[in-house]
Amino acid sequence: MPVKTDAIGKQWPAAAYEVGAEKIREFADAVGAANPVHREHEAARAAGFRDLVAPPMFCVVYSARAMGPAILDPDLGINLATMLHGSQEFEWEEPVCDGDVISTTATCKEIYEKDGKGFYVFETISTNQEGERTVKGTWTNIVRGV
Amino acid sequence: MSEMKTGDAVPVLRVTPDKYLPYRYAGASGDFNPIHIDPEFAKAVGLPGNILHGLWMMAQVARGNAAVAEGDPRALKRLSVQFRGMGFPEQELIVTGTVKEVDGDRVVIDTVATQADNQVIRNAEAEVHVP
Repeated sequence: MPVKTDAIGKQWPAAAYEVGAEKIREFADAVGAANPVHREHEAARAAGFRDLVAPPMFCVVYSARAMGPAILDPDLGINLATMLHGSQEFEWEEPVCDGDVISTTATCKEIYEKDGKGFYVFETISTNQEGERTVKGTWTNIVRGV
Repeated sequence: MSEMKTGDAVPVLRVTPDKYLPYRYAGASGDFNPIHIDPEFAKAVGLPGNILHGLWMMAQVARGNAAVAEGDPRALKRLSVQFRGMGFPEQELIVTGTVKEVDGDRVVIDTVATQADNQVIRNAEAEVHVP
């Protein structure tokens, strides 16, 4: 069965995420980010950040809200049971701090078939409450046995 | 201007995720896919056991490479990875990198993450600003 490609170009509504200090600390602990700027407000401000700052990979936490509805969209018809995360790229800009409100929009950039597998490429653009871009993500999911 | 030069090795990062790390990362990230936290479910779908979150392994690659800028969260500008092998809890993950290109304070690093002989993250490239 060939992959459905109708959803190329589809964009999903922006998803908002309110960043909090305890979530930053919890994430920093889980990934082993030891810099005190992820734990102490004063240390972060002393280092020139607006406030307690998230590790770069915290972007997965706020981007996931936008990626969920994209991956589950029946227009794509992705079989989650056979889906793998193939590759991932992030390009970071403005750091994300305690109190920020991040808005992320996901777009389906490419769908193609190769070697019996379906490739689904999504782009997420995240911006903060000032309209500054925090990260651009490129997510490639591979579905086996299409 | 960075003092790093092409061919320099990034300090090696070694980390052994404990048995319960996938639960903590699931809570921290919001990714509760049972293949990461339920060994029985993982076996039922043909895996040897519950596997590490790929994005947790990517976070280790991020951390290993940001170390060249003393872990400054502003330093990492870009990271691209390919997930290939499966990673497992209670096995040491080793992140290594080699400087590929230096242009002023912009350093591009070829980097990989391995567990035993298994390259779990490959063809990865990090761009770090090292003032």
